[in-house]
Amino acid sequence: MNPIVDIQNITRSFGAKTALSNVTLQQEKGTVLGLVGENGSGKTTLIKHILGLFKPDQGTVRVFGMDPVADPVSVLSQIGYLSEEDILPTWMRVDQLQRYMQGFYPTWDQAYADQLVKEFGLDRYSKLQGLSKGQRARVGLMAALAYRPELLLLDEPSSGLDPIVRRDILGAIVRTIADEGRTVLFSSHLLGEVDRVADRIAMIKNGEIIFCENLDDLKETHLALTVVCSQPRPVPPRFKGAVGAEGSGKEWSVVFKGTVAEAETSVAEIDASIAEQRWANLDEIFVAYSRPTGGSD
Amino acid sequence: MQLHITTSDGVPIYLQIVNQIKYLVASGRLKAGDEVPPIRVLAEQLVVNPNTVARAYRELELAGVVEKRRTAGTFISAGGSLLAHPEQVRILTERIDALLTDARQMNFSTGEIVDLLHDRASALNPSDTKKETR
Repeated sequence: MNPIVDIQNITRSFGAKTALSNVTLQQEKGTVLGLVGENGSGKTTLIKHILGLFKPDQGTVRVFGMDPVADPVSVLSQIGYLSEEDILPTWMRVDQLQRYMQGFYPTWDQAYADQLVKEFGLDRYSKLQGLSKGQRARVGLMAALAYRPELLLLDEPSSGLDPIVRRDILGAIVRTIADEGRTVLFSSHLLGEVDRVADRIAMIKNGEIIFCENLDDLKETHLALTVVCSQPRPVPPRFKGAVGAEGSGKEWSVVFKGTVAEAETSVAEIDASIAEQRWANLDEIFVAYSRPTGGSD
Repeated sequence: MQLHITTSDGVPIYLQIVNQIKYLVASGRLKAGDEVPPIRVLAEQLVVNPNTVARAYRELELAGVVEKRRTAGTFISAGGSLLAHPEQVRILTERIDALLTDARQMNFSTGEIVDLLHDRASALNPSDTKKETR
């Protein structure tokens, strides 16, 4: 099956700054991909390439097999997009926004739009300007879902919102996948949310993809170790498989990539022992790859 | 059926669902013939990816804990209760391991733990004291 999103080796610079460097990313139909990375790592720039708002300096972007820059209408009519920026026309009422969207999207489903308005507790006749940030996010979500897009693209949808709105957004992602076998790509800095709803997770750092893996596989291949060294160490211990380490003196918390047996062998080589081991959680994995200590291979 | 998903430890979510359903069977809160929610319903209830719930149900089916009945849904299988004993042992083993870890850090010997265990057993259930006494 052809991937819904197929990004091959794209590079993009803004002036002297390289925003994306040799990024390759593919997403299959019916999956949820979570895109994580620190602020300024390139998440939004990557998403804007999928929307065709940016053209890569090198490499290719294909969405539904088409080039979003060359064929924006065909691509965008099948993408539901919600960003953290408040881009809705605030002078409209909810029902006016619905009619406006209906004009652009032939697949607009008014019955579904009404159902969402009801579920989200929105008033059709309220002006967007007077709504709270959370309610405006719900309106944005309604507008992005009601034409039943093939691909739902969410750029930091939960940013700055309260837990109830965030749950609505996550619920919408879950339902989009469950009901219709559609595809969702979302970026978030809330790893707990990514953990819940993503099948795959891609981490981006300084414009490069650090990993793009099945979430369960990622968790099952990373251990959180408490390593006790025989002598105090001024810098984090480096050993084969260690991704990142935090601590001081003799005791260090290490995120390790590999099996328990491999960890025991590696740790023994630096004259240390494992005091505790368990699976690493997503936060720990993220921090370890953000600030790696560099395992010597 | 109430399950609790956490993202604070590194246990994959499908495995949390598998373990908790096994636990509910082992503890008798789910019995043979009980229906488990459809994938979509459980996914929405837990706010997790439906593919994750599907994977958990597949694993449970492979382990013989649940069975799919064509068009009717997914049910706790009769064989599921046979698995209850090993699962019960596994649950208790985990608790005992945690207890022994604490005990070791506080320099308690295994013998002292066993004595404590007997003390507590008789405190909680005095009628058993006679036959427990060695």
